[in-house]
Amino acid sequence: MTSRRTRLLAGVVAVVAVIVALLMTGLGRDPSVIASPLVGRAAPNFTLPQLGGPPVTLAKLRGQVVVINFWASWCTECQVEQAALDQAWQQFQDSGVVVIGVNFQDTTGAARDYVRTDGVTYPVVEDAGSKTALAYGLRGVPETFVVNRRGRIVNHVIGPVSAATLITEINSMLLKGTQ
Amino acid sequence: MSQLGTYLLLFALAVSGYGLIAATVGAKTGRPALVESARRCAFALFATVAAACVTMLAALLTNDFAIRYVADNSARETPAFFKALSLWAADDGSLLLWNLILAGYIAAVALRFRRDRPPTFPYALGVLFGVQVFYLTLINGPARPFASLANPPADGRGPAPLLQNHPLMAVHPPFLYLGFIGFTVPFAFGVAALLAGQGSDQWVSVIRRWTLVVWCFLTVGLVLGALWSYSVLGWGGYWAWDPVENVALLPWLTSTAFLHSVMLQERRGMARLWNIALVIGAFALMTFGTFLTRGNVLSSVHAFAQTSVGPAYLAFLALVLLAGFGLVAWRLPELRTPATLTSAISREGAFVANNVLLLAATAIILLGTTFPLVVEAVSGQQVTVGGPYFRSSVTPVFLLILLLAGTAPLLPWRATNRSRALRRLRVPATAAALVVIVTAGAGVHQVAAVAGFGLATLVFVTSTQEILTGLAIGRRGLRGGAVRALARGRRRHAGLVVHIGLALVAAGIVASSSLGQQTQVTLKTGQSTVFAGQVLRYQGLRTDQQPQRIVLTATVSVTDPGGGAAGTLGPRMNLYPASTEPIGSPSIRRGIVWDLYASVISLQQSGGSATFRFYRNPGVNWLWFGGLVMALGGAAAAWPGRRRRNPGDNQGASTTRKRTAVEAGAR
Repeated sequence: MTSRRTRLLAGVVAVVAVIVALLMTGLGRDPSVIASPLVGRAAPNFTLPQLGGPPVTLAKLRGQVVVINFWASWCTECQVEQAALDQAWQQFQDSGVVVIGVNFQDTTGAARDYVRTDGVTYPVVEDAGSKTALAYGLRGVPETFVVNRRGRIVNHVIGPVSAATLITEINSMLLKGTQ
Repeated sequence: MSQLGTYLLLFALAVSGYGLIAATVGAKTGRPALVESARRCAFALFATVAAACVTMLAALLTNDFAIRYVADNSARETPAFFKALSLWAADDGSLLLWNLILAGYIAAVALRFRRDRPPTFPYALGVLFGVQVFYLTLINGPARPFASLANPPADGRGPAPLLQNHPLMAVHPPFLYLGFIGFTVPFAFGVAALLAGQGSDQWVSVIRRWTLVVWCFLTVGLVLGALWSYSVLGWGGYWAWDPVENVALLPWLTSTAFLHSVMLQERRGMARLWNIALVIGAFALMTFGTFLTRGNVLSSVHAFAQTSVGPAYLAFLALVLLAGFGLVAWRLPELRTPATLTSAISREGAFVANNVLLLAATAIILLGTTFPLVVEAVSGQQVTVGGPYFRSSVTPVFLLILLLAGTAPLLPWRATNRSRALRRLRVPATAAALVVIVTAGAGVHQVAAVAGFGLATLVFVTSTQEILTGLAIGRRGLRGGAVRALARGRRRHAGLVVHIGLALVAAGIVASSSLGQQTQVTLKTGQSTVFAGQVLRYQGLRTDQQPQRIVLTATVSVTDPGGGAAGTLGPRMNLYPASTEPIGSPSIRRGIVWDLYASVISLQQSGGSATFRFYRNPGVNWLWFGGLVMALGGAAAAWPGRRRRNPGDNQGASTTRKRTAVEAGAR
């Protein structure tokens, strides 16, 4: 009887262990990272005027890791993620990483105010007419695309991006580049 | 206020910790004084958690933006009603409500068993406090509703627009929580029975009644959720097979199975092991659902924002599964009951089939809900499982369940005489056949829809006939009239009322999913279209500036083909400052047979023209009404009898005797 009990208990433990292990894999990932049809494709090129700086052309940044973040001054979720983007920019700008904020459906004045009051340090470009947003199939703001050194989109985040997701992604790409 | 709330929650954790220890030690050492002090703790716990909730409510109503939760989920312009609802509009706050309801259940158990207690009571109390310790730890640790902000903002962000768009938000979450959290009580008594090693079937009548209460709440919660989805989201439907809807349905299916199979144990002493596994399973599924929703695992409309509580929920789920099913495995030899199914075509056989079907539905839905997780874990690919999978796989199972519900109440126990059952099936079967012929003749070509209508009729007529027969025989045999006759066979009659509700719900689902119509049109001001036999004319756009939002209402007049005005529809677009997209609000003209439902999809030329989607949804109101009937039937079954009985002595026997008398009369 006792050995049967032990076997049964071991069975229960094993089944629970499998369930927990399976669910743990779900915990590890960020549900806002979605499978986008753009991932793996060449990032659509753009040349856009920069707020307080020269125009930015994506193609000229080939060879660097580029984080493209679509945002707007009227979007509160964008304020949530802004610290993470700034942190990534501060940490990696000397290691060949560029963070670009693409201002979406906004006025220049409101965008300038936001950049000043919220202390955005990375370059911000204006997408008047939303051509670039259309090319990237934007559903709303914020959305973030990570582009590798060869100009291909490797990651697409819908909603606020977390510092952890950004830093892990950038680190893995920088490592790949050194091999 | 932030400090007050924090201290209250800490104190609540201490109280529940004491309750856990006192109840467990009291149970182990057999010291009634300790158990009694744990029992009284339940009231102190409830008062403390209630005070914490009131504190948060006060903070929300007084715009105390120094509390992060208030700044994130309320704003000065938010109407007071929705400010109060913000208490459960986001993860941290809803955990407060969750704790309050759990503490309320513990207090209710403590009150119910203040004098006469089943021997398992101390253990059950310990388990209840244990669960509460977990949820209070969450709210004191990873989720902190009273966390403060160093620099309070001048104004808050306001609640999520979808959640401040309809008053149903006031009732759907509380009812769902009452249903969800309530499973803790049957679970606690089930585990207590296993811990105490109770060989008798005493635990089962305690658990049955609590499960019934919880089942009623969950039924209402699910129906209200569907009603919210229908009345707010504007897509014309009420159930989207969203993961969170699914995980709320899973414990409902499992507990429904239990409420049927428990009769096997009460009447025939069968299925003891099975029943306790169902009780533990329902609680485990509830915990699993909580983990999926709040643990940040799935993408869903319901998923809460990024939180760090996922690992804690997972650990708790593992503990529940290990402790629950581990105990079942441990007590297996005592729980075994001799299998005495004498005939497959008998009431017992029907209950077994009912359980097989309900659990098959549970398994199908669980598989579909977790499949994306499994695939991603194994292959790293993202897949989604959508409505078509669920509809095509669950429909046959649900149709079979209807067939059972329409025939099983006629079957005798032990199957001594089947001819009588066949005779009583004559009227329902004829009615069902007629409905099948009429619907097929009326041009409904989907087999499942025709079968659904026929089976819903079968269930409806069988249940009504059985209630009427019970009534007639009761009146003949007993003095005191119809009410007393109904009350005599209360459990059976209440169950039949639930089946009538089920028939209405089924008919509503079949009608709305197979006979609905929809169209999408763009209309200029003054232009009209004909849909569902009515003329719909776009009258123009009205703009209302409200404090917290801008409301754009597109007025559509509805005219009968004869020319008689039948009213207006006013689907809206709501613009909230916190939202990047306008939030649509549908407008519905509800009717007994069908609803006319309108949504604005987009506006052009400042409202000079508008794109609408119109739906003609038949049977939707039967669904809400049927859900209400189900819940009322469940409540009638759970209602305590007139005579107070001593638990422990022959309470099962006395009800059994009464019931058999009525049923003997009915045959």
